[in-house]
Amino acid sequence: MGELRLMKGNEVIAIAAIRCGGDAYFGYPITPQSEVMETLMAERPWEDTGMVVLQAESEIASINMVYGAAGCGKRVMTSSSSPGISLMAEGISYMAGSELPCVIVNVQRGGPGLGTIQPSQADYNQATKGGGHGDYSLLVLAPASVQEMHDFVVLGFELAFKYRNPVMILADGVIGQLMEKVKLIDQRPRWTNEQIAEISGSWITVGKSKNRKKHVITSLEMDSSIMEGNNLRLQEKYNRMKAEEVRFEAIECDDAEYILVAFGSAARICQKTVQIARKKGVKVGLIRPITLFPFPEKIISEYATKVKGFLSVEFNAGQMVNDIRLAVNGKTRVEYFGRMGGIIPPPDEVEVALHQKLIKG
Amino acid sequence: MSVLADRIKEIIKPENLVYAKSPVLNDDIMHYCPGCSHGVVHRLIAEVIDEMGIQDQTIGVSPVGCSVFAYKYIDIDWQEAAHGRAPAVATGIKRVLPDKYVFSYQGDGDLAAIGTAETFHAVNRGENIVMIFINNAIYGMTGGQMAPTTLVGQITSTTPYGRNVDLNGYPLKITELLAQLPGAAYVTRQSVQNPAAVRKAKKAIRKAFEVQALKKGTAFVEVVSTCSSGWKLNPVDSNKWMEENMFPQYPLGDLKDSSRADADLYRIKG
Repeated sequence: MGELRLMKGNEVIAIAAIRCGGDAYFGYPITPQSEVMETLMAERPWEDTGMVVLQAESEIASINMVYGAAGCGKRVMTSSSSPGISLMAEGISYMAGSELPCVIVNVQRGGPGLGTIQPSQADYNQATKGGGHGDYSLLVLAPASVQEMHDFVVLGFELAFKYRNPVMILADGVIGQLMEKVKLIDQRPRWTNEQIAEISGSWITVGKSKNRKKHVITSLEMDSSIMEGNNLRLQEKYNRMKAEEVRFEAIECDDAEYILVAFGSAARICQKTVQIARKKGVKVGLIRPITLFPFPEKIISEYATKVKGFLSVEFNAGQMVNDIRLAVNGKTRVEYFGRMGGIIPPPDEVEVALHQKLIKG
Repeated sequence: MSVLADRIKEIIKPENLVYAKSPVLNDDIMHYCPGCSHGVVHRLIAEVIDEMGIQDQTIGVSPVGCSVFAYKYIDIDWQEAAHGRAPAVATGIKRVLPDKYVFSYQGDGDLAAIGTAETFHAVNRGENIVMIFINNAIYGMTGGQMAPTTLVGQITSTTPYGRNVDLNGYPLKITELLAQLPGAAYVTRQSVQNPAAVRKAKKAIRKAFEVQALKKGTAFVEVVSTCSSGWKLNPVDSNKWMEENMFPQYPLGDLKDSSRADADLYRIKG
């Protein structure tokens, strides 16, 4: 019952995938997340639960293997890091277009290009605004602890099947490599064929009986009027996510004059910044978006009339800050502070930035 | 006219039936051009599925190219893959449903250009799938551009003065390369330009599906095919051009017929 372990974020992704009853993992090694597949291969879940684990020849192959297995109604996942996710972009777009559920983990590293293997949050736009071609959205979860790496695999599969949509866990090298205490779920059984038929029987490709119409997994439609309808249906689904799935954490915001907005490992640093600033008598709060899509725009919009300003703290050149500005819509000041290239700023550096950019400025 | 119509009506009776379309091939009118080989190969696959009684156990993976709509014509479950990715998609399906029949259906651009990596590694893993490879030496769907299998000197819309090896390299004999891989169990090259060839091709497709059931490794069937529209020839001349120009470069027959290689041949000593 709720086994406690000391584990790395990447290792926990693997264990959670097995324990939540995952059917398959397809992946390709890339730093800083190779421990995910290494852990899976060491655990050999195919001997116990029957879960398939396969090392593909590329991230392109991985995501297309995910596509194939997901089309059979199975709970399938992959993981990679930034350059690998770029290679998967085509397949992710196809999965969104074909409405296939899956969980994709991105343990971000710095870019652009080969960049660095050090942590980064520079794939925020790629994750939340598409990344691949066409009008689509992923449901994006941003873990800030090893426990959340675990919990979001479980939650990710629930949401992926609730919406028939790919879910991305947007972690970073810090959370992937960090070791922390984690409470693991007990082993859950994989879905039986009967359960799969009940959950996804109307669309999966598992072989058609004579009397049932054939099922076709595709994103292709040559008739523009039908294709527009398909797009409208997708947009309606994304709007439902916006209405029902927004998750965030608000820390010491009630009396705050300034609010930091940060996700993932940046939010952990900002939690300390809040303490440092409050000790000095500055009323600072923190909003931590847990879902990056849908973005918690309502809570930010509500605080926009109460605070003197927001500071978006990101390990990138300022990507989420644009979503904050849209939510604030000119009602108060919104500034950005961040570091790039794998540099993780300490809490007091964030506090200095808060003074320079908002309080003094 | 009406006399002729009456005469035809007299002939079209169940007792006079010598051939029937497989029920696994549905009634939709195919979008393929006159003289194209795709329709015949579709029919053969449908007949094999029907005769083996595996309609309820078969999942097809269609490519990007002229046969992108293969899923419209054969009455089984299908997944439509991204360009070149059909072997990876088929791998994903087969790995989670190991007892089903899974096949990919791909053209030369899909299988031997953009999807080369997926093709090689699926065969090298010895995935227990069937891969059907339509080689007509041209990109049909996009309007007749050079394919990896385009012959030297062959005119296409992107080789308007003929394929030039200095610029474009050589026709890719991918089937010969795949036959070298230890994961390949059955590799054959067929054609469908006359009844004798069609019968042989059908036998090969049937055998490929049977190999899959035995889980002996990948079964790979190339069909050297025509593209009248792309080649800008009528169907009769297309068959002639194929026999005269394609067959010497892509000779018909089995290239490999065995089980997936024994792992001990490749094992480390220590």
